[in-house]
Amino acid sequence: MVKINGVLVDAAGKTLKEFLASTDYDPLRIACERNGEIVPKSRYEETILEEEDVIEVVSFVGGG
Amino acid sequence: MKESMYKALELRQGSELTGKFTRSSVAVCGLGGLGSHVALALARAGIGRLDLFDFDVVDLSNLNRQQYKVSQVGLCKTEALRENILEVAPYCDIRIHTGRLTEENVPELLADADVVCEAFDRPEEKAMLVDAVTEHFPKKYLVCASGMAGLFPSNMIRTRRISRRLYLCGDEVSELVSGSGLMASRVMLCAAHQAHMILRILVGELES
Repeated sequence: MVKINGVLVDAAGKTLKEFLASTDYDPLRIACERNGEIVPKSRYEETILEEEDVIEVVSFVGGG
Repeated sequence: MKESMYKALELRQGSELTGKFTRSSVAVCGLGGLGSHVALALARAGIGRLDLFDFDVVDLSNLNRQQYKVSQVGLCKTEALRENILEVAPYCDIRIHTGRLTEENVPELLADADVVCEAFDRPEEKAMLVDAVTEHFPKKYLVCASGMAGLFPSNMIRTRRISRRLYLCGDEVSELVSGSGLMASRVMLCAAHQAHMILRILVGELES
């Protein structure tokens, strides 16, 4: 299982890109952290989620 | 004058902190309600070099929450903010960049910054900056903001350490939508979180 934003998800083996495509996140408004490091978008496709990974998807909102 | 100003700073915050701040360089990306306040707070603390980025001009509708004056309406925000900062921190090395930060120019324009402050308005630009900085400068510290609109409680605004080098300030939910504007007070809270986290990072205090 992979912990994504605090929730256990059966996503091990999927790429980060595949996982995100199965969600409602807008890829243009997010940043993804995996085990303490931000994953740049260029590596979403090659990043394979592993058992016990901790992922946080940050979704930015407007205003500044 | 320069010597007396630094002496006064050292009297307030000590020579060790002042020394670290004066040797530091911070890039402030976006000079609206967040960036204009962040840059001024950093300049007041004695940050040695500030790189200011914005493509826009000062508009009357900015004055409810941004550090500009009626007399500056129509001026580039970069130039107006430089003017305002130099009035309180005349020895800050301010470098202005009037234009848009893009994926392409980030590697060149942000190379020298110890810490990058993300203070953009649009979520897509916030995400772009995080991505470009992570891609090109994986070791650089980045302090972002998300969620500071409306009249919601002050105490919802917080600073969270997302990864080793990325911090996020704001309530993370209060989006700018019509009818729920941006107030100086709440935007300043978020900007103060950002500026304060940046100062902490510069002296090696890395927890949020």
